[in-house]
Amino acid sequence: MAITDIQAYAHLTDEDVEAIGAELDALRRDVEAARGDSDAEYIRRAIALQRGLAAAGRITLFASAFPPAWLAGTAFLSLAKIIENMELGHNVIHGQWDWMNDPEIHSTNWDWDTTCPGEQWKHSHNFVHHTYTNVVGKDNDVGYGILRVTRDQKWHPVNLGQPVYNAMLALLFEWGVALHDLDLEAIRKGKKDRGVVRKQLKQIGRKVGRQVAKDYLVYPALTGPQFLSTLTANATANIVRNLWSYTVIFCGHFPDGAEKFTLEEFETETKPQWYLRQMLGSANFHGGRLMSFMAGNLNYQIEHHLFPDLPSSRYAEMSERVRALCDQYGLPYTTGSLAHQYAQTLRTIWKLSLPDSLLQKTSDDAPETHSEKFPLPAVA
Amino acid sequence: MPQQERIETRPARMRRAVRWLTTPLLPDDYLRLLNPLWSSRELRGRVVQVIPETETAATLVIKPGWGWTFDHKAGQYVGIGAEVDGRWHWRSYSLTSTPTDEAGVISITVKAMAEGFLSGHLTELAAGTVVRLAAPAGDFTLPDPPPAKILFLTAGSGLTPVMAMLRTLHRRDELTDIVLVHSAPTEHDVLFRAELRSLAEQHPELTYVERLTDREGMLALDRLADVVPDWTDREAWACGPPAMLDAAEKAYAAAGVPEKLHLERFSVDLAGAGGEGGTVTFERTGRTAEVDGATTLLEAGEAAGVQMPFGCRMGICQSCVVPLLKGSVRDLRNGTDHQEGDRIQTCVSAAAGDCVLEV
Ligand SMILES: Cc1cc2nc3c(=O)[nH]c(=O)nc-3n(C[C@H](O)[C@H](O)[C@H](O)COP(=O)(O)OP(=O)(O)OC[C@H]3O[C@@H](n4cnc5c(N)ncnc54)[C@H](O)[C@@H]3O)c2cc1C
Ligand code: FES
Repeated sequence: MAITDIQAYAHLTDEDVEAIGAELDALRRDVEAARGDSDAEYIRRAIALQRGLAAAGRITLFASAFPPAWLAGTAFLSLAKIIENMELGHNVIHGQWDWMNDPEIHSTNWDWDTTCPGEQWKHSHNFVHHTYTNVVGKDNDVGYGILRVTRDQKWHPVNLGQPVYNAMLALLFEWGVALHDLDLEAIRKGKKDRGVVRKQLKQIGRKVGRQVAKDYLVYPALTGPQFLSTLTANATANIVRNLWSYTVIFCGHFPDGAEKFTLEEFETETKPQWYLRQMLGSANFHGGRLMSFMAGNLNYQIEHHLFPDLPSSRYAEMSERVRALCDQYGLPYTTGSLAHQYAQTLRTIWKLSLPDSLLQKTSDDAPETHSEKFPLPAVA
Repeated sequence: MPQQERIETRPARMRRAVRWLTTPLLPDDYLRLLNPLWSSRELRGRVVQVIPETETAATLVIKPGWGWTFDHKAGQYVGIGAEVDGRWHWRSYSLTSTPTDEAGVISITVKAMAEGFLSGHLTELAAGTVVRLAAPAGDFTLPDPPPAKILFLTAGSGLTPVMAMLRTLHRRDELTDIVLVHSAPTEHDVLFRAELRSLAEQHPELTYVERLTDREGMLALDRLADVVPDWTDREAWACGPPAMLDAAEKAYAAAGVPEKLHLERFSVDLAGAGGEGGTVTFERTGRTAEVDGATTLLEAGEAAGVQMPFGCRMGICQSCVVPLLKGSVRDLRNGTDHQEGDRIQTCVSAAAGDCVLEV
């Protein structure tokens, strides 16, 4: 039933936990002191590249009736949307670049190219998900309210349809994210203030209106007789972006080894234990520089969860120290190829559409969740 | 972020229509990648020339980008933001150029401070560097029309706002009976020396008194009459080091004419009384910072990556005011404590214990 006692699960003494916390604090300080010109240059170039690709895509699609132009334009636009959502939007809204004191690259002013209003994202993601990471019943990212991704969540006949919901969510990911902060489950249970819901809906409506108008009305109309081919290109770009961001994000917490935690653990944890939960609850995947860039460096999910507001340009180098720390204390550093991590994720989602009675393992020793009853192997 | 007003011009209306193509960004977010000045989202300028004035001071000639309106009043200052190692830093500088867009440029004159962080960097900027600008502000300005008898009391870099006034009066040929008493250590430290002398030659109504303090000692403001016999009849504008301005205030109060004196302070004495320091929480952004009792809340917020509002950064413009939600803070100028519920000037206040600000 998920982990309540991290120290027992990972064979850590109080001193170990303090030492791990101190080491991670030191890592934060080192990166804060080191960030400078080269990081600023990195994010500015990413922004210029993204805007260049977006403009190239939109312009190319003025010939969208011509198939090679359709293909090229869609590719440019897909890349632009992916970079915008992952490396720019997600990371800027996290405040990773706030240290630059640049109002144009700042979490308070940034809104991203998706139907989800930046402000609501800050709440549902930056606050809820990053605070309650993998705490079952608190972190709405554990299954996004529609999927059973761990045996810690009770089975319901509705879960039989999981393989289908999962595919739908992948295709329509942007829309799932847009509705995420509404917390449909809380609304259904009458736990959410009506006024707040109304205000949020209005905000979403406004954002959706502008996004939809841009991709499905204004640009298609500007290309005149090519209205339909431009529209399909834009829709395709949005779907490509949806599939990719869905994949990256699902590989962050659902592969085997990304542990789940109980509310009790959360309520009694100290700062170093918070670090441990973030570390044990997240999973990375391998990627070269290009893949990392396209994933917004979220293939370094572990580093991102330890330090959500440090610049993504530093995650790769930080991962070496985090990994060494894990090795030193016999902690798992969950990583693998993207295909491997996604295969495990998909397997869990499909498998958990079935009731527990048909499954072999329990929530104490399943691939996707453990408890301290089945601790990690002790280090020599 | 400095506060600035936006005026809706025709290009601005057009850009708003084009927004449907660029949402959630602005058209300017794309255009500025082609030319940094093609954006009115943030005021920017390109340094077109850096003119050395003295050994330590230089004039920066800046071509402002879109959104700049060239309608400042002589004597006002602008905010200048410059990037150092990836971070933007802001300071205020009086405009030394006249309010006109004929040349399409503005200028400021910066004196590099020995221990200062940004001023030395600014005087060494390369032509072509892009800086950020904040719209002109300040009420250290002359009325229109100017009074019949004026006294300008300046020292060091404090000449800059007065220089803008003199240049503007000269342009409009509106010089009245003016006495300028300007102090500097040696003649090599006098800003705009040749120009001042030439102005005095062209305009008999302008008397230029130069005080070289290394040789002649500081001007004793309690004996101002020795230099300017009719000083109490004159409307006065004074700008210079804090000690000089304090002395001027005293002299005018003693003579019973405090209303005749207008001051511009470039710096503020924050040694009044330190706070105890503590943990500052920035409520809306959810950040916290551990600060000592000497660091201003403005600096603490910026260092923590919070977008703090600001203007002069010297306690004069109120742009930085935010509500104090919890705890208490101390005004570093005079030691006054502010409590929960007060609206405080972050640029001159420090934490007196843990506190929460609504930003
Ligand atoms: C309305 C207004 C108009 C202004 N106009 C002008 C102008 O026209 N021209 C101009 O040159 N300036 C002007 N200033 C001043 C300017 O804004 C800056 O304050 C100045 O240039 C110093 O900036 P800095 O970053 O170099 O110094 P900062 O690093 O901000 O330091 C401020 C002061 O503290 C001192 N200091 C810093 N560190 C130490 C230390 N460790 N020990 C001791 N002392 C230290 C510095 O010498 C300096 O005097 C104006 C200010 C205001 C408010
Ligand atoms: S910034 Fe002007 S009063 Fe604080």
